[in-house]
Amino acid sequence: MEVTIEWYIALSTILFTLGALGVLLRRNAIVIFMSIELMLNSANLLLVAFARQFGDLDGQVMVFFVMTVAAAEVAVGLALIVAIFRSRRSINIDEVNTLKG
Amino acid sequence: MGNPILFIILAVIAVAAALMMITSRNAVHAALFLIVNFMTVAVFYLLLKAPFVAMVQVTVYAGAIMVLFLFVIMLLGAEKLQGVNYRTLFGRVVIGLLGLALIVTFALALLGVFGPAGVEAATIPPLDADPAALGIRLFEAYVLPFQITAVLLLVAAIGVVVLRPRNKGEKAE
Repeated sequence: MEVTIEWYIALSTILFTLGALGVLLRRNAIVIFMSIELMLNSANLLLVAFARQFGDLDGQVMVFFVMTVAAAEVAVGLALIVAIFRSRRSINIDEVNTLKG
Repeated sequence: MGNPILFIILAVIAVAAALMMITSRNAVHAALFLIVNFMTVAVFYLLLKAPFVAMVQVTVYAGAIMVLFLFVIMLLGAEKLQGVNYRTLFGRVVIGLLGLALIVTFALALLGVFGPAGVEAATIPPLDADPAALGIRLFEAYVLPFQITAVLLLVAAIGVVVLRPRNKGEKAE
């Protein structure tokens, strides 16, 4: 039995689905952010797996860009969470609904 | 692309850590489980002959980003979370749809839609993935996107400075 690209597709899909579940079902902004990181990470895993499959380095280069965007997103997102927490004493996203139409 | 037994062990650890992360009632525990997940993914990168990406994964993701998360969690004192309530209508619909999407993706992968099933990576010329080759690719073919990420990081830094908490008397300009 050999490990093929399908194994990596399966693993990456499971991790991505768990991340999506976390984003949709948790109510805490920090856990939602961590779930987003999980989803980005599963996409990175698949990029590296396909880079190996097709013998092309472009997939690995793409992972660096994804990591850069993730780092920028986390910095801004956590600053937003801290600002919201200071004004509302809570980071439950159900209570932050003032922009709701 | 790796030893099957090693793959299964690592995959079980990664999925279990992800599950614990999204169900944990303590934010610090959730962050630590996410670090476990990142470390197993780094080992997968090593199996896929991407050592430099693996090291960047450990230092940037498991190191810098997760330290930022833990710092904010402890700064806010927001460790205690309410659990997941998936017994609502919304929860059931979400779980049903995502489960369906998962099954469809598995079926497509097993039917070989993403390429002929069971293509062995060894039939493809071996990947020259040492850091030097990766750096040459990054700074030659991808030099413009690389410069754009510099602007992105600058914008993020400015954004964080703008979002800083102000004291009562200070005027928001």
